[in-house]
Amino acid sequence: MHRVIKPPRGLANVDFAEVWEYRELLGFMAWRDVVVRYKQTAVGVLWAFIRPFLTMVIFTVVFGRIAKLPAEGVPYPVLTLAALLPWQFFATAFGETANSVVGNGHMISKIYFPRLILPLASTAVGAADSLVSFFFLFVLMAYYRVPPSPHIWALPFFVVLCTVFTVGLGLWFAALYVKYRDMRHLIPFITQFGMYVSPVAFSSTIVPAKWRFLYSLNPMVAVIDGTRWSLLGTARLYAPGIIAGCIVSLLLLVTGVIYFKQTERIFADLI
Amino acid sequence: MAEIIVAQGVGKMYRLGEPTAYRVMRERIAELLAAPFRRRGAEGPKDEILWALKDVGFTIDDGEVVGLIGKNGAGKSTLLKILSRITEPTEGRIDLYGKASSLLEVGIGFHPELSGRENIYLNGAILGMSRQEIRGKFDEIVEFAEIARFLDTPVKRYSSGMYVRLAFAVAAHLEPDILIVDEVLAVGDAAFQRKCLGKMRDMRSQGRTVILVSHTMPTISSLCQKVIWLDAGRVKMIGETAKVVTAYLSEGAKREISWSPRMREPFPFNYESVFVARGDTGESIDPIPADVPVDVVLDYVISQPLMAGRIEVRVAGETGETLFTTTSADNLVEHVHEWTQGRHRFRCRIPGNFLAPGVYHISVSEPRGGYDIVRDSVLSFTISEENSLSARDARQGRIAPLLEWTRE
Repeated sequence: MHRVIKPPRGLANVDFAEVWEYRELLGFMAWRDVVVRYKQTAVGVLWAFIRPFLTMVIFTVVFGRIAKLPAEGVPYPVLTLAALLPWQFFATAFGETANSVVGNGHMISKIYFPRLILPLASTAVGAADSLVSFFFLFVLMAYYRVPPSPHIWALPFFVVLCTVFTVGLGLWFAALYVKYRDMRHLIPFITQFGMYVSPVAFSSTIVPAKWRFLYSLNPMVAVIDGTRWSLLGTARLYAPGIIAGCIVSLLLLVTGVIYFKQTERIFADLI
Repeated sequence: MAEIIVAQGVGKMYRLGEPTAYRVMRERIAELLAAPFRRRGAEGPKDEILWALKDVGFTIDDGEVVGLIGKNGAGKSTLLKILSRITEPTEGRIDLYGKASSLLEVGIGFHPELSGRENIYLNGAILGMSRQEIRGKFDEIVEFAEIARFLDTPVKRYSSGMYVRLAFAVAAHLEPDILIVDEVLAVGDAAFQRKCLGKMRDMRSQGRTVILVSHTMPTISSLCQKVIWLDAGRVKMIGETAKVVTAYLSEGAKREISWSPRMREPFPFNYESVFVARGDTGESIDPIPADVPVDVVLDYVISQPLMAGRIEVRVAGETGETLFTTTSADNLVEHVHEWTQGRHRFRCRIPGNFLAPGVYHISVSEPRGGYDIVRDSVLSFTISEENSLSARDARQGRIAPLLEWTRE
């Protein structure tokens, strides 16, 4: 085995083979975060479904009963939960991913491993959480006797889209956070405020047609609409919006990986 | 023998002008906004440049155990970080012909909430071991760490000694071609340190290449065939261990007869200063005549409650071999004593007519509660030939005690 260590030149290239070589570490890191999250908690993994459950109840009361937003012929709790799941996956995974490098700063300055492992493991933790909540959605659908729509085959596509967007944005913020500690304030803002500009508590059909495309530049619009459509068969999909969401997400992922790799070189010097 | 590491012209530059810790975005935005209005040529304050390493070159052969020595800030850690790929060099090139693992700290990634068993797997993975490899060595690791009974206890309930033992045990079972080790052997109690040194000797006999940073010259002398001495970011000397260590220590001898740490660390025990003084007049002076007692004075501060312990003073000769060790609890039955918070002083008197003329190096231990770290060769003093027995007739021996002779 021969390895050369020399100063970096030009664009960093992404060594996916090396990330693959370290896949066990990725697994262990994700497992550590999941285990630690629920250690010494009384109800443990139940938290993964208590949070979306409580949010759903509040939304149903505030938006469904008080504000009387349209529910497209589906029980309001189901409509909300179908959107809350992808949203909470994004919010949890994005928050964890954006924090992953600074949060593990100690490791970064003491040992080498492909740095991409950290954001990827954090996303996996968010995914594990969401998996639990998904079961809850199916229970709720059974309770309200809402049959899965015939479009359910498309669900994996929107899951992938959501993951691509989350990882892309997460990589950008994980790297930015190392350089600019302002991100500490911006990250929670995105995960909180973002919910109001995404169609979580309402259906995106209430957005006026002329604003629809602009609105769809937020990839979570495509993700949430798509999830509702494939699970519940609500309103027709707005194709330009889905395409825009895909392009924005892919762009974020590609540039995110490049920016992360580029900044990675100075992580140990900055942390 | 085949070369396994070849370094040529390695340099690492840091800019001190730009905040190295992190940049606040506001400043960056302000800079961008101000840019069009700035006169050309007036580029603001010039960045100060620091070369932590410069023109460092060496070769290490397969199977060599090499010591890396130098004062604090000489660039040892930077070199280790570049060799372990944690940071990249600014210039130069290093060729590594083998799989390298680094051990800059024990217990990286340990999580206090996880059990000993879980942490073994996690830490092993971080160090680059596969799950299968860890499983294969699991029993060995547990036995080495002596924690079998506490395997399923969260490590936050471990004593610091157990914690360190477990952390080192995982690392000690790595099997890379090249092992890069920072001063991690300086942890744990004496018995465990001996065990670790034994493990290092095993690695040497297995033909592994080891690069080892240590401030403890006896460790370097007993383990390494070759030593690289870094000074202010450059290689000052490379060569056979005995030669380099002697040169390093004799340069140290020109240094101070008193020492105080650069900054106070977040531990309950901190030294304020350690110095040498004449036992008769109390004057801090060098050299000291051979018939005058030498006082080693240790001023320290206890800022938080600390587990009972003791301070150790080691006196070493010119080549770094320890002549003797003495502790603040030697005349106590328990080997340790309690600490009270506040400023305190210990005085340790080395009698007159005891040491032979020459240079002596003093190392002191720092109790951390449960384990000690050693501050190596913090100061040196000279015993002059004045009134010395051994100078009178050029006697052999590092000590020249005035003993009682009676004719019967």
